[in-house]
Amino acid sequence: MDLAIYRRRKLVNRIGLTLSMGAMALGLIVLLWILVVLFKNGFSAIDWAMFTESTPAPGSEGGGLANAIVGSLLMVVVTALVSTPIGIFAGVYLAEYGDQSKTASLTRFVTDIMLSAPSIVLGLFVYAVMVAQMKHFSGWAGTMALSLIAIPVVVRTTENMLRLVPGGLREAAFGLGAPRWKVATFVTLRAARAGVMTGLLLALARISGETAPLLFTALNNQFFSTNMNAPMANLPVVIFQFAMSPYDNWVRLAWGGALLITLTVLVLNIIARVFFRDQGSR
Amino acid sequence: MTKGRADLIELSVMNTSNTLTPSGVANAIEVRNLDFFYGTFKGLKGINLDIAEHKVTAFIGPSGCGKSTLLRTLNRMYSLYPGQRAEGQIKLYGNNVLDAKQDLNLLRAQVGMVFQKPTPFPMSIYDNIAFGVKLYENLSRSEMDDRVEWALSKAAIWGEVKDKLGQSGLSLSGGQQQRLCIARTVAVKPKVILLDEPTSALDPISTAKVEELVSELKNDYTVAIVTHNMQQAARVSDYTAYMYLGELIEFGHTEQIFMKPARQETEDYITGRFG
Repeated sequence: MDLAIYRRRKLVNRIGLTLSMGAMALGLIVLLWILVVLFKNGFSAIDWAMFTESTPAPGSEGGGLANAIVGSLLMVVVTALVSTPIGIFAGVYLAEYGDQSKTASLTRFVTDIMLSAPSIVLGLFVYAVMVAQMKHFSGWAGTMALSLIAIPVVVRTTENMLRLVPGGLREAAFGLGAPRWKVATFVTLRAARAGVMTGLLLALARISGETAPLLFTALNNQFFSTNMNAPMANLPVVIFQFAMSPYDNWVRLAWGGALLITLTVLVLNIIARVFFRDQGSR
Repeated sequence: MTKGRADLIELSVMNTSNTLTPSGVANAIEVRNLDFFYGTFKGLKGINLDIAEHKVTAFIGPSGCGKSTLLRTLNRMYSLYPGQRAEGQIKLYGNNVLDAKQDLNLLRAQVGMVFQKPTPFPMSIYDNIAFGVKLYENLSRSEMDDRVEWALSKAAIWGEVKDKLGQSGLSLSGGQQQRLCIARTVAVKPKVILLDEPTSALDPISTAKVEELVSELKNDYTVAIVTHNMQQAARVSDYTAYMYLGELIEFGHTEQIFMKPARQETEDYITGRFG
């Protein structure tokens, strides 16, 4: 037995461990720093008026974020309604039908590009094809931009989760004489549902903080409005505008809004994790 | 590999048919000159064999010999995978299932399959059974209840699950899951049941239950079973096929194969000198 080899392995192990712990600490410190700053400035801004009053006019006192909260919620919900069926159908196609076909490869390629496309480009695209044509900003345009971001995420997670379903389960269903669509809907999609739900929630978490695509599409609205055909207030754009304003109450609201979004994303992530863990333990 | 060997195989196949014909059993499946390809690799080479109706036919041989491949051609499971193809003829009651026009769903409803690993569907025990039945039959609620009970009883698991039919199939133990899968296959009343190493993931007690079940099943079904366990083949089957490197080396009555095999390779394998 050569103890030198063992000692060297231990040393290499220690170096590797130190490096990865260091990397983790770096990430964690930055994250904590962000959270501390956010909590310090944000919690003092959160009060009842934030949820009941709309964004204040320049120079006026008080005000809240009611219009932006409702606008954001509305657009995220509609985006979920649009991108869930499209994303899941496309994901099922890629995993269960297309497999190695040319159409599937092309879809996968385009989806990957869309996944990594800067969101500002997608916003600009919707501005060109929708806002410029209709000659006004609107909630619908915002929804479309958000959907373009969410759909690829849903497509890819759905496909990946379906691919994790053991081939034996698929064969067993085919072995009973089940047609492909029944195998996909009743067996594989059902087996992968926790993962698919997780993907959906993560996609929603991602879009609920997107600012760039909304700047060109939904823009903003100083007043409370649920009209999807008109410019629509939303948290990210309000934060963007208010945070750099000279008014103290605006800056305060921006911090409050930022904290609100962060908490929402946090909750969505936690729900997604709980979903996934439930599936794992079954 | 050489011509001489091919001749020998022809001979043994002829022997086989000689031994089988006198008993006068009808054949559920007749395999003729079957070649199988994984891309360019030839997985089965010129297989000829008959699977007798209402009998248990066992396939034995070392790993990679093609016994599972042969089983997967019988219900055309391989058709799920591009690049896999079969040539020759497989007649199921006279109808060539390798025909391009063969409807695969209908074929698989007639030729059921149970896999090595238990694969309960992510739904209740009841729905696991009902899923396959609903595909081809329109039953009333009470008829379906009867069918579920019948199938679960057939698979000797009714007593264990009758009080928890609404629970997920995944909540059962491995042995129970496998019997649930057998019940699921039986429930659609296929003509032939293919078992691909059905007990290799099970403990001895569950294995014994499944083996009993196999002997039971042949009263109503034709059974083909792939197994790594030679004692199992000897216990449950009426006919045994020994395969090696994609070829059918010997095929005959199980007693004959195990008591006095005609081929030296078969004897080496079953006595454990090889493989």
